[in-house]
Amino acid sequence: MTATRHGRRPPVSWLAVRPEGLLVVPAGVFVDPLRAVDRALVTHGHADHARPGSAHVGATEETLAIMRARYGAAAGGRLEPFAWGETRSLGGVDITFRPAGHVLGSAQIVLEHAGTRVVVTGDYKRTADPTCRGFEPVACDVLVTEATFGLPVFRHPPPAAEVAKLLDSLRLFPERAHAVGVYALGKCQRLIALLRAAGYDRPIYLHGALVALCELYEAWGVSLGPLLPASAAAKADLAGAIVLAPPSALADRWARRLPDPVVAAASGWMRVRQRARQRGVELPLVISDHADWPELLATVEDTDPAEVWVTHGREDALVHAVRQTGRAARALALVGFEDEPE
Amino acid sequence: MSVTAFALLIERLAFMPSRTGKLRLLEDHFRQAEDPDRGWALAALTGALSFPAVKAGAIRAAAAARLDPVLFAASYDFVGDLAETVALMWPDTGVSATAPSLAEAVERLTLSGRAEAPALLAAWLDRLDDSARVAFLKLVTGGLRVGVSARLAKTALARFGGRAPEEIEEVWHGLAPPYRDLFAWLDGRAGRPQVNHAATFRPLMLATPLEDTEAAALDLSAYAAEWKWDGIRVQLVAGADVRRIFSRTGDDITPAFPDIARHMAFDAVLDGELLVARPGAEAGSGSGSGSGSNGAAAEIAPFNDLQQRLNRKTVTRRMLAEHPAWVRLYDILFEAGEDLRGLAFTDRRARLEAWFARIRPQCMDLSPLVAFAGLEELAALRRGARGRAIEGLMLKRRDSAYVGGRPKGPWFKWKRGPLTLDTVLMYAQRGHGKRSSYYSDFTFGAWREVAGGGRELVPVGKAYFGFTDAELVDLDRWVRTHTTDRFGPVRAVEPRLVLEVAFDSVHRSSRHKSGVAMRFPRVHRIRWDKPAEDADALATLEAMIAE
Ligand SMILES: [Zn+2]
Ligand SMILES: [Zn+2]
Repeated sequence: MTATRHGRRPPVSWLAVRPEGLLVVPAGVFVDPLRAVDRALVTHGHADHARPGSAHVGATEETLAIMRARYGAAAGGRLEPFAWGETRSLGGVDITFRPAGHVLGSAQIVLEHAGTRVVVTGDYKRTADPTCRGFEPVACDVLVTEATFGLPVFRHPPPAAEVAKLLDSLRLFPERAHAVGVYALGKCQRLIALLRAAGYDRPIYLHGALVALCELYEAWGVSLGPLLPASAAAKADLAGAIVLAPPSALADRWARRLPDPVVAAASGWMRVRQRARQRGVELPLVISDHADWPELLATVEDTDPAEVWVTHGREDALVHAVRQTGRAARALALVGFEDEPE
Repeated sequence: MSVTAFALLIERLAFMPSRTGKLRLLEDHFRQAEDPDRGWALAALTGALSFPAVKAGAIRAAAAARLDPVLFAASYDFVGDLAETVALMWPDTGVSATAPSLAEAVERLTLSGRAEAPALLAAWLDRLDDSARVAFLKLVTGGLRVGVSARLAKTALARFGGRAPEEIEEVWHGLAPPYRDLFAWLDGRAGRPQVNHAATFRPLMLATPLEDTEAAALDLSAYAAEWKWDGIRVQLVAGADVRRIFSRTGDDITPAFPDIARHMAFDAVLDGELLVARPGAEAGSGSGSGSGSNGAAAEIAPFNDLQQRLNRKTVTRRMLAEHPAWVRLYDILFEAGEDLRGLAFTDRRARLEAWFARIRPQCMDLSPLVAFAGLEELAALRRGARGRAIEGLMLKRRDSAYVGGRPKGPWFKWKRGPLTLDTVLMYAQRGHGKRSSYYSDFTFGAWREVAGGGRELVPVGKAYFGFTDAELVDLDRWVRTHTTDRFGPVRAVEPRLVLEVAFDSVHRSSRHKSGVAMRFPRVHRIRWDKPAEDADALATLEAMIAE
């Protein structure tokens, strides 16, 4: 740990907010830049954090694999993998990747310079997830955190209870397809893993847009059990089956192949009724890959920073709550991040 | 069952769009939950519970005492609903092991006074787990809003117990929460509950629609005719210590119509139409008791006026004065405890007229019988039935007994033909449930002259039925290929497709941009052939207003 303690403003002049995103000045490198830059460090593979086309991209092996799967050769000029916990120096800044528990390969980026340690969490969660490495709290002077669910109304229930709701609906409506809206990276594979953990061993049907990343997860050792393409299935086979698809597909013509579907969605937003209603969901499942409010506050306690910067999400409430713990806090107001692009 | 199981049911119901899905959830709940909690759940869903001490103010007070005001304000702003905000952000004490049963919660809160309500609420919220808090607060403030009518709940009960819905109706109004005897009967553990019939709703006898072609084949000499009134069907039940007004579905709507209940000083069960009279009409009692007379006493206001009086728990003095209620009677089921339902219609009618002549209740009159010589005259009467508050004719077999439900044959309703208008499709919105991938809610417009020349379309209504599944596929495709703009689930389309819309009537309305509102609009025909310029003008629609 460094010499900085609470009550003393840490020297942080070496980090700056630019139109491209958060710049580590001495290293000339951006963290999760909004557009292609010369040097980028990428926390994880979601499209709003991992943009294509930078000349140098530093990220975990898994994240680089995801970027290659999504963007092909456009992923970046030179892809430079960081091993977990490995430290490399760039322009006098020590850079280390630590697990963030968000999706496969997701990392916090630890930056050390001039006796000060800054942790950029990227997107993260603290709840156990069998599809990725768990979050490791790193003590720091400045915590740069997300706040997607930065309001006290967001308290994600145990995911097993949400999966039980889905299985109970299958029992009650065995003639209806259960179509769950999920994003292709992370939520899809986590929901499958949760279903398997609950003992559901029947084939799960996938929309075509979800197949490639499921295969990638399997290749990285995350076993997902029997998966079948929904497009090749007969309508009768989908009765009483679980079908995963991007939310947009469920609101569109693609969904007509499904027999009388129960439309479900797995997302942290589902905790708020009006949000679930807006999406036309019949079965809302509160399953999120982001930290909820208690996890955000617990992470501030665990990493014990003098100062907290909030990158994106509902910043005001978190800044208020952090200040009440005697720490400095401010919103960086970084733009370009979506609500929950899981 | 803890409040948690009830909360899960409430959540599922709140998001379940289909009626059959709701029925299945309810039936499953009655099977899985135990007494007395399932009975309290039934009471909560059918609106039989109220906690007058617990108002939104009690929730605000509980919140103010326990929650950070800045975080509360930010959360309320995001969530948009007071009870939900408080429930979701209430600090988790992790003591769900002591979660109360629904019965305990209901019994304790019923007894609470207004002053102690906030502290009591806070104590319950502490004991509940996360998932149960929203349902709990919605329950105590009477804001469940899960789209379950008393009718639907009773249908679910009938299915659960393997009984006919009429059997449930017969006993329903004599029962009280938590309905132990009802469930014992439906479980097959006990006989049908004995209820005090004095205050009971009897299932109404309903008519089947008559098609024009069928009318010709009917032996009309066996039938009596009456006007079909454009109000709401009610059953008046009065006796020594009861005065109840029931809706067609058996909902007790007495509190909304004190002006009628006031005059129910008799011992009878009557069938009639609830209407709204022009102010001043309540002063005189009904005349028009002679059969064949068309001279009813009250001047009846349009259906829109009646709507001002519906769906209200309490009524203001002003509403009573401006929209006085009126009942037009057409049948008698019981008189002084004597069950008349087995008598022929003609005999019941004679009993009704004699009873009315003797009692002369205020704010009521008799629906006159309409004399006719044959089909031709009857058809002419129906065609001419454009007057206020009349929507066609009723035909009742003279020898028919009063049978609850909808027996085919004894009673027919022969509605006058609908009005139609050629309109232009303007907007389409995605549907719900099965239709969520289709644009199935259509807003249509009529032409209006614009100052300075030219014409514009003004929306005149919205329809989401009347077309076949195949036509829906065509409409959906047309909408997708003619979209000009999008707002969330709504698309604006090129003004090119003509929809011939049918509707029962049209009224003036200050709430609509066009100044008019249609009743029961539906898509009658899709006029793929007709140019939009030839669609009707707003003035044409205005000319159809029934004054
Ligand atoms: Zn992410
Ligand atoms: Zn993000």
